[in-house]
Order: sequence, then C-alpha cells, then structure tokens
Amino acid sequence: MSLMQQMNERALELGVPLGVHLDVTYRCNERCIHCYLDHDDHGEMTTAEIKDVLDQLAEAGTFFLTLSGGEVLMRRDFFAILEHARRRLFNVRIKTNGVMIHEAEARRMRDLGVEQVQISIYSNHPEIHDAITKLPGSLKRSIEAIRFLKSQGLKVAIANVLMTANMGEHAGVQALAAALGVNYTLDPTITPKIDGDTSILDLRISGAELNSVFHNKNLVGNVEEFCAPPPPPGDDIMEGLPCSAGHTAAYITPYGDVFPCVQFPLPSGNLRRQKFIDIWRDSPELKDVRSIRAKDLPVCSTCSHVGTCTRCPGLAYMEGSMRGPSSADCEKSFQRTGMPSANMLRKARANTSGPLIQIQSLAV
Amino acid sequence: MSEKYIARSTAIAARMLGGEMMVMSAVDSTFFTLNEVATAIWQAADGRTPLSEIVARYVCENFDVEPEIARCDAEQFVDELSQHRILLVSDHPFENPPVEAA
Repeated sequence: MSLMQQMNERALELGVPLGVHLDVTYRCNERCIHCYLDHDDHGEMTTAEIKDVLDQLAEAGTFFLTLSGGEVLMRRDFFAILEHARRRLFNVRIKTNGVMIHEAEARRMRDLGVEQVQISIYSNHPEIHDAITKLPGSLKRSIEAIRFLKSQGLKVAIANVLMTANMGEHAGVQALAAALGVNYTLDPTITPKIDGDTSILDLRISGAELNSVFHNKNLVGNVEEFCAPPPPPGDDIMEGLPCSAGHTAAYITPYGDVFPCVQFPLPSGNLRRQKFIDIWRDSPELKDVRSIRAKDLPVCSTCSHVGTCTRCPGLAYMEGSMRGPSSADCEKSFQRTGMPSANMLRKARANTSGPLIQIQSLAV
Repeated sequence: MSEKYIARSTAIAARMLGGEMMVMSAVDSTFFTLNEVATAIWQAADGRTPLSEIVARYVCENFDVEPEIARCDAEQFVDELSQHRILLVSDHPFENPPVEAA
C-alpha cells in the first residue's frame, strides 16, 4: 500500500475530509454544449466568505483542494482566494479552460506553488473544439495557456471529455498532449445537469464507441487486464464503500452548498448557515451516504460486476436512488467485459415479459 | 561546527492527520509523513531558531531520547527534506518568516 493510500485509509478511519472540490463560480466565458451548470450568478460567496470556508477546511484537515468552476478566472478575486488557500498550505489543483491565462497568470500560479493545472481540450481541430465551447478562438488560447504554464515549470494535464461531437478526436488530443509535454486524461462521462435536466445525455457516446475506447491500448494500456471479467466478489467487496464521496471527499458550490461530490448533488447543508465541520459530522444526508455498503445495494449487490464497476452513487442518485444502479456505469462495465450487468438483465426481462395471453382485435 | 537554521519552504502543502504531518513538495510532488518528533522539528522551523536549540527545546525535553542521538537524527531529517526543498537550510537566520506550520 502506497503512503498516499495509507493516508486515505487513515482519513477514512478518522472521518477527515481529505479532499474538497470548491467551485468558486459557475460563471464561464465558454458555453460548452455538455456543461451541467447554470452560468448565471445567483449570489456567489464573497472573497471573505470563501477565505473563511478555506480556514474551516484547513481546521477540518482538508489537504487536497480543487478550485474549479465555471471558469475560476471569471472571479476578479481568484488570486486572492488562491493566495489564501496556499497560505493555509492546501495542495491546490486548478481546473480551468485556460483562455484567460497569460504569462503573468501562469507565473503567479507557479509562485503560489499550485500543484497542477487541468485544462479541458476537446479536439486538436479548432472547428471542433470551438464548436463545443462556443467560443471562437478558444482552442488557440487554451493551447497558449498550456505553453505559458509549462514554461513556468507547472504540471499541466489535458482533460478530454468524450462525447458525440468529438468522438473521433481523442487520438489527436492525446498526440497534442504528448507534443506539449503534459499529461492526458480521457473521460467519456456526460452527467445530467446539476438541476436534474437530462437533455445533455444525448451527447453520450454510443455503446459501440465506448467499446472501442475501452479496447484501445493507447488509452487503457493493458487491454486484457482492463477488460478482464470480474472476479467473484468476496466479503471485503460486499462490505466495501461505493467511493470516497461523503467519506473523505466533499464538494462546495459557489453559494456555499455542501454536497458529497461534484457529481452527487445531494444538498447536505449550507456554509452561510452552518459551519463546515458541523455539516461534515452531523448532516443526516452525509450520514445516510456513509451508511451504504455494497451489500446494501438492492440491484448492484447481485451483480457480477459489483467489485470492479465504476458505479457512481451520484449518477445513481440523479437516476432516482443513491442505492440504485447507475445505467451509464452498467454500460461501461458491459462494454469493458462483454458481460451484461444485473440491472441490464433486469431491464431486458422487464421489456420481454408481457402477458401470457394477448387478445387483440382482428383488423378486417 | 557552525550553527544551522531551518525554515519551511513556501512550495509545499502540509496538514496534520491523526498526529502525523503530511507534507508534499509542489516542486517534485514528493510526499512525506512526519512522525511526532519530526513534526515537532518541522513546526519549530521558523528560520530563526538554531537547529541545536530546536532539538534541545522541542525534542529532548518532550521525548525520551539521548541528546546526541536526537541531534544526529535531526541532522539526517533536515538533510533529507532539504534535498526535496521542503526545508530550507542556512548557516545564518532567514530574513523573511516562513509559512504557517499547518
């Protein structure tokens, strides 16, 4: 077990929110077609409120802090927030589209000791990337930002969200990342909007395309290992936790709402009315999330994929129940291994089992 | 032997977790956990107090250890962390105060 895993175990044992994702704004200068946020400002926390939240997180033991949005640099006080975060010695990662990062911003991030900057790139072709962001010239500006950040010695990662609009583009983005000397991550997950609107799910890539991604050695490494059938689950799996959301991780909106995770919009408290530590320790919602073990999942506990599935409780929650299946993850498990999930088999049975005797009028 | 002064770098992230200090270098992402004695030295690394005094005041007085062994261990600890630029070492006091101790 690595030192980092040991620390995670320790944090879990002690109930410490080791990693927090804080969206400082939902405002954005891009209008990405797959974005799950509403970009209007409904009363963001002030600089002083955010600094106070950071102090509370430091007191609670948070070590990893992700600052994201919206676009973080839409806040004029972003560097004041970042400076405060670093003064409180968080390990800070920034998620940004980069279009407002020039040499001065990159230098400031380096001087403040930012751990990593993650920039979203959808294609190495401007006509495809810019059509997704709906901001003309955005690819060029994002690539320039990566170069500025790299020239300052910062660690940069390209995040490539895969959807119907850019399905054929990942090899080009991966090559671009290699040419720029930065890390590359691919994510085929499109989530419903944070208000529950599912219209953007039409952008999810098809099962056949997911299959080709999972069987591409340039993306997954050892295909045989990645796509291996799941081993039979043992007691340790059935007693296991679904993920770190609400256990060692939390998400905070620009309005001070606390959720278990950015993909798990279960309102658990608000920092304008309560202290973070009180929400973290006493919220009935977070306690409910923490009570769930794999054996408690009515459908998934019967599934052969239970030990290896990437089931996201947040996506399950948005689908109807945090104890239910996440269909998107069922599809991933199926496309990875060729074995349908218990949820897929259940749905197939429901679709094929009609009444035994059907009486229809004869059209004459 | 000349005196050593130690200061915490600004290019680190740090937090106490269950009595141990987690420290990560922003320069090379090296991750350390410091035990109780090392944490005491880390927290006292204000850039102005000589290492010998830190060892005498924060280690020998609070932990059951021989002064000579404590001094050797402290020197080794400081050498290792300074190689990763997590601790800064100088033979004279630092002018600017270091970052908070987390």
